[in-house]
Amino acid sequence: MGKLNVNLCGIELANPVIPASGTFGYGYEFAELYDINELGTFSFKGTTRDARFGNPTPRIAECSAGMINAVGLQNPGVDKVISEELPRLAKCFHKPVMANVSGFSVEDYAYTCEKLDKEPQVGWLEVNVSCPNVHGGGMSFGTQPQAAAEVTRAVKAVTTKPIIIKLSPNVTDIVSIAKACEDAGADGISLINTLLGMRIDLRTRKPVIANKMGGFSGPAIFPVAVRMVYQVAQAVNIPVVGMGGVSSAEDVIEMMLAGATAVEVGAANLVHPYICRDIIRDLPNVMEKYKINSLQEIIGGIK
Amino acid sequence: MKQSIFTILSNTALTENVYKMVLGGDTSAITAPGQFVNILLDGLYLRRPISVCDYDENTLTIIYKVVGKGTQAMSHMETGELDILTGLGNGYDLTVSGDHPVLLGGGVGVPPMYNLARQLLAQGKKVTVILGFNTKSEIFYEEEFKNLGCDVLVTTVDGSYGIKSFVTDALKEVSYTYFYTCGPEPMLKALHKATATSGQMSFEERMGCGFGACMGCSCKTLTGYKRICKDGPVMRKEEILWES
Repeated sequence: MGKLNVNLCGIELANPVIPASGTFGYGYEFAELYDINELGTFSFKGTTRDARFGNPTPRIAECSAGMINAVGLQNPGVDKVISEELPRLAKCFHKPVMANVSGFSVEDYAYTCEKLDKEPQVGWLEVNVSCPNVHGGGMSFGTQPQAAAEVTRAVKAVTTKPIIIKLSPNVTDIVSIAKACEDAGADGISLINTLLGMRIDLRTRKPVIANKMGGFSGPAIFPVAVRMVYQVAQAVNIPVVGMGGVSSAEDVIEMMLAGATAVEVGAANLVHPYICRDIIRDLPNVMEKYKINSLQEIIGGIK
Repeated sequence: MKQSIFTILSNTALTENVYKMVLGGDTSAITAPGQFVNILLDGLYLRRPISVCDYDENTLTIIYKVVGKGTQAMSHMETGELDILTGLGNGYDLTVSGDHPVLLGGGVGVPPMYNLARQLLAQGKKVTVILGFNTKSEIFYEEEFKNLGCDVLVTTVDGSYGIKSFVTDALKEVSYTYFYTCGPEPMLKALHKATATSGQMSFEERMGCGFGACMGCSCKTLTGYKRICKDGPVMRKEEILWES
């Protein structure tokens, strides 16, 4: 086993670095820049049962050390993802991909997951019960243990591949939700999605974002993410995928010490398009500095 | 798209709050006028998308208006290096211009018209440029367009210089085979109605990445959903859908 390898729900990753859903499209914008097969895998754009345009613009606001987005799950719908995006992706990415799924009802989640589960390119299903930018779905499933468990059970019943439930940080007790998902059969937990945030334009006195609020991401949220990954990893016996403001090889290792088996990189891809490749290339140097022989060995290695 | 380091060669004020920055570096990713660059600035998280005014093999000229923290910081720079993504967006399609295209720029929509005019003139086209500003003190680049060999009309809303009108009024006096434009959305919308021919318009929106990854700047068009940063910023007149 190589020094960077980790095992995520039974599938070997060459390294733990995974571009996060919504920051990497369906991969090919980045495939023009570098060989995306260098990645552990990536989580593709959140996919729903039907096509969605998403929210009105502006959808983006800048913050200190981060940004707010309110894209609202723009995607072509699961059928077009399967008929158009995945075949196009197959030409530039030859590893199992993480399929990110969102929905507005339990049936939606099951429907979309069942379809994507049959695709040979899909390695894991990352079920997003934490999108803050849609009404009547998304995050509302991830803020109550029973609702999150219900989605998990429904998805597990119609799929064969590992199910990773992506959780929201906008809750008072993240551990109870993670445990409810584990009890309902989840194969992994990923966290954190964005923190609900807001900016106001002083000149117009209106919210900067047309949808008023949006998801806050970027380096500013990294400490919140490390804390929540730590809390969840201490409480569950399934793999945890850590994310939230990760921007360097050091951040990846910190997340893994907190308990993450793999680490997603989100907002940083938008500002530094080569960041995931650069982190992977930098990991051996940082490992050497901190006398780490194997990344798999440091998962949850916090003292 | 290319990420590379550019050196600031000069940075000068053209008006009270509009600046021209000339940068030295690798411009090989820039393939058409109307494309933009995305600039990383110290202490600010998101890059700043700025349209390309002009470029040659190893220099890049941008003209920007100070509107926020990023452009404020840029206006104070004298020397140094900047991390820039180049070659972003589709740019204008020159192949459909006909013999006598008209170029209309409004305010900081004027800069991308410059390289466009230069390339059209190099192809032997007759180029008329209409530059629209609010008032005399805001005018820039009138001489530069004349020096290229364009017919130049300048309009001001308050009549303090040139023709007292909007660019749409000045357009009535011009005969043309095609139009290209960049400017504030109300101007684009007015031109959509006022133009007699087909044409291309450049749009702006708050962007996350600038290269098509985040879906932050999407818009609806008659030919489907488009990302202004990747599928635009230039749209054909026939595909534009005005939502309000």
